[in-house]
Parts: sequence; C-alpha cells; structure tokens
Amino acid sequence: MRWLLPVPIVLPLLGAGLTVLVGRARAVQRSVGLVTLTLSTIAAVALLISVDRDTTLLDTAGGHHARMGIVLVADRFASVLLVVAEVALLAVLVYAIGEPGAERKHVGFQSAYLILSAGVAGSLLTGDLFSLFVSFEMMLTASYVLLTLGGQREQVRAGMTYIIVSLIASTLFVTALALLYSATGTVNMADLAGRIGTLPHGTRTAFAVLLIVVFGIKAAIFPLFFWLPDSYPTAPSPITAVFAGLLTKIGVYAMVRTQLLLFPADSRPVTLLLVLAALTMVVGVLGAIAQDDIRRLLSFTIVSQIGFMVMGLGFFTRAAIAALIFSMVHHIIVKTSLFLVAGMVEEVGGDNRLSRLGGLVRRAPFLSALFLLAALSLAGVPPFSGFISKLSLLEAGIAQRQYAMVTIALVVGLLTLFAMAQVWTSAFWSRGEATPATASGPSVAPNAPRAMLLPTAALVAVSLSIALAAGPIYRFCERAATDLLDRGSLVTRVLER
Amino acid sequence: MTVLLAAAAATLFAIGTYLLLQRKLSRIIIGLGLLTHGANILLISAGVRGEPPIIEGAETSSFADPLPQALALTAIVITFGVTTLLLALAFRSWLLTDDDEVQDDLADRHVAGHDATRDETEDQQELIAWEERR
Repeated sequence: MRWLLPVPIVLPLLGAGLTVLVGRARAVQRSVGLVTLTLSTIAAVALLISVDRDTTLLDTAGGHHARMGIVLVADRFASVLLVVAEVALLAVLVYAIGEPGAERKHVGFQSAYLILSAGVAGSLLTGDLFSLFVSFEMMLTASYVLLTLGGQREQVRAGMTYIIVSLIASTLFVTALALLYSATGTVNMADLAGRIGTLPHGTRTAFAVLLIVVFGIKAAIFPLFFWLPDSYPTAPSPITAVFAGLLTKIGVYAMVRTQLLLFPADSRPVTLLLVLAALTMVVGVLGAIAQDDIRRLLSFTIVSQIGFMVMGLGFFTRAAIAALIFSMVHHIIVKTSLFLVAGMVEEVGGDNRLSRLGGLVRRAPFLSALFLLAALSLAGVPPFSGFISKLSLLEAGIAQRQYAMVTIALVVGLLTLFAMAQVWTSAFWSRGEATPATASGPSVAPNAPRAMLLPTAALVAVSLSIALAAGPIYRFCERAATDLLDRGSLVTRVLER
Repeated sequence: MTVLLAAAAATLFAIGTYLLLQRKLSRIIIGLGLLTHGANILLISAGVRGEPPIIEGAETSSFADPLPQALALTAIVITFGVTTLLLALAFRSWLLTDDDEVQDDLADRHVAGHDATRDETEDQQELIAWEERR
C-alpha cells in the first residue's frame, strides 16, 4: 500500500497542470477537478484503512535514506485528517461548480483549488519539517490566489493583510528551520526527535515556543488571529468554506505534530498553551457575538474553536489528544458546512448582514434545517458531534484537575450557542419584514440551486453520522493518540528504513 | 565569517521589521523582501563550510554541507513567487484606491461604532446604510 502515499499530493498537482492546459474548455476542466479529488478521496480512505489495520506507512522519494530524502509518513492521525480534508474539498468543489459565482467567472479557479488540495495533503503526510514548509507554501500560495479572485477592492485590502501575515509566519518558519538545522544538523522530524533531546533545556523550550508562534499564526490563536476574521469573509463563499474548514486546522495539525513528536515531555510549554487557549476561546466568541455580517460572525467562532483544540493539546494526556483529534474531525466538517450554508443564505436572502436578513425559515426551509443542524453541532448541543468533542475535552480537563480551564470552556460553549441562536433568530426565525432586494442589492433567488444544496446536505449528513458512529470513531482517535504519544516507535520506524 | 553572516542576517531582520511597521504598501513589501533574505542567510550559515561537494578526488570530510544551500534555494524561489503576487496585488490596490496606504477594515469600524471620516463615496454609502440600521 506504500504506493498510495504520494497519490493525494501528486494527482491533484497533475490535475492542476491539466486544468491549465485545457484552459477555457470548462466542462473538461471541471471533470478533471472532480475526478482528481474523487480519486484522492478514495486513496485517502484506502490509506486510512490500511494504516489502521496494519501499521504506519512510509515512503521515501527516490529511495534515499530517510535522513537525506523526502519522507512521506501516514500514521492514524494524519490519515484520518486526510480523509476528512479530502471529503470537505470534494464537497466544496461540487458546491463551487453549482454556485453562480467564483468558479464560473475565473478560469484559474480549478487549478488553484487543486494545488491547494495538494498542499493540504502534503502538509498532512510529510515527514520532514522542510517539506512541511514547502507544502504549507503550496497551500498558502494557492489560497492567496483564491482569496483575491475577482480583485475587488475589499478583497485586495484583506488579501494584502492575509498574505503579509502568512509571509511573516513563513519567514519565521525558515528562521526556525535554520536554527534547528544549525543546532541538530537535520530537518527530518523523526531524526530531530532523537537529537533534540541532547540540546540544553532552555534551547529546547525556545524552539518549542518558536514553532508555536509559527503555527499559531496559521492556526489563528490569540493574539495572532486578527487577520482571520478580517480576510476570510471577503473571499467567494466556497473559498471561505474551505479555508475555514481546513487551513486553520492544518496549522493546528502542524502544532500538535511538532509539539508531540519533537519535544520530550519536560520541554513542553504547558502553561503558555493553556493561557493562549483560554484567551483564544474567550476573545473569539466575544468577537463573534459583536458581529453583524454572518460570515464574519462564523469566522470569529473558528478562532474560538481553535482555542478548544489548543486546550486539548495543552493537557498533553492521551484522553485529551484523542478528544483533540475527534474535535478536529468534527470541526472540519461542521465549519465547512456552516460556511456553505452562509453562502446560500447570501444567495437566497440577498444580503450577508443579519440585520437585513429575515424570515428564511419560510422561504427556504431545507436550508434553514441544514443551518440549524450544523449550528447546534458547533455549539455542542447533544446529541451532535460537537457535544461529544466538547464533552471529551472537558472530561480530559477534569481528569487533569484543570477546573479553571473547564469553567472557561463551558462558558465559551454557552456563548457559542448564544451566537448561533442570534443568527438563527435574526436571519431565519424572525418575521422577515425587511425585503432585502434594494436597488443596489443583488437579485434574490427563490431558492438555492440543487448543486449547492446537495454537497452541503452531504456534509451535514457526514457530521450527523460522526455523531452516530461516535463510539468506533472515538476509539480510533484513542488509538491515534496512543501512537502520537509513543514517540519512540515512529522514530525507529522512519529511521530504520 | 560566521559572525559576518550572523551580523548580516541581524541587520536585514532589523531593517525588514522597521519597514514592515510602516503604512505604505511598497515599504512593507520591501521590508518583507529584506526579512526573508535575512532568514535565507541564516539558513545558509547553518551549514558547515568547506570544499565544493561532489568533485572527483576530493576529500569527503572537507565537503561543504550542501543541504542548507538546497533548502535556501527552495525558500528563495518560493519567496520570489509570493513577492511577485504581492507586487501585483499592490498595483491592483493602487489602481483601485489611487493610494499606496494600507486600507482600514470598514466592518471593524462599524462594529466599533467609530465615525469614519474618509471621503470615499463607497465608504460614505456604507456608513449611511449603517447609521440607518442603527
């Protein structure tokens, strides 16, 4: 099964090249995009099954020794996230094709989108820090293009901030790589894990904190989150959905991977992570409550949810890491579907401001139901997947006697519910006397196109089935967490090749 | 030599950081360029100095470490591409606003409830609409 490893990276890149070649033959371009992502999804599922049944898979490009060549590693953690990411990417692509927006207007959409998906897969599967940097850049550069598609004034303004902030993070990443290389002489993660133990304690902690800053910018943790609610809402709605679902979670993934694999237990900045997590949760949710624009509101809730994940990492126990993996899986799906719903709300309601929307529950009952299911899941209401993710995180916190963190998380959960209820009451449930079709406003569609509704419904269904199959999925997450905390076995497996 | 490289990297980082904190887009982009160059120099200085590698008959132990150079090359190419995109965007921004300044986020000001005193008509319309809603 080793040959499957490069498929989710190489195939979308080939597809991207092909979509450039076929240029304006849009039907061909679309089928290339759909076929590529479908095949990548199948490959990801096969990888997941194989990794869970047998063992961690690895592949070295060109057959070089792991220390010299480029290593691809798929363990349980990476492969489950890969499956979820590919599913989200595929659903959003179908939605984008169905939407009368960005994809139809711009020839480059498919190519940039496929490069983005290759970058996401690369970031998840790579086994050395420098390839992680390259994959991040691949993903981010594609995201710069997608974010500014159309070149509207607001997009250019927000895109500038986004690119500059991401570029600073990348520069810090290169700096961290340079310092790590001069201290240890390697950038291979497995090799680093062994050699970092020989460094002085202070140096190790400095590296841990530097990497938290680098990935914290990408994951949007406090106080490095300000670019996210500013830039995400300006992109076309399918793009915002895929950014919201995936990009920040890739940052969290890199943070979890580096903190758990590279650093021994005594150089983990536990207090720092927990304080950052608490502030991220609180600031994110308070920001969300203040918003009027539905997409900005949802963007702030991303920040708040990232806080929950960082909290899981900060506990550093098996139960907490398992809960963290589960909440990442849950969050990618739910957040993507919420943003897709927000895109359709804009389409149907003609506006994205809560104060101008209203009465959608009568005009688009199916859409409203989708929003309600996803929003309740995000807020952590039982029996949805968000409830299980929050419950398991809180249990892990109580087991660690971190009562202050647990209290903050509970209050934030309540406030998230309040923010979601705010959207529900003003956009969907209210009388809707405001007729949004002003002279300047876009024309109001009677209902969202089926090609937009179906992928969103599919994602919501996936989220519901995560809740239904929570037992097996949670046990899988526990196995993945055990793998992650057992640093030695992965290191020997990679270096023995 | 190592001290010289470290000093060069430090200077580039310092100037880059200063330029990044300005409000003109052109300065920010130049600042980013300097900053990334600083990081690349740091990357190069991470390797061991020595003879050019892969030359017939040379002593293996005297080779320079080729890996940091390969990494730096990759990083340079990536930065080059992104800087080009950034310049294109800055040009677009100049076409749209006739200005090189970084623009404020309108929605932020709305939420904060500030009076926006910019004279662009678009901003004004937004502001009036917002006042009405309130």
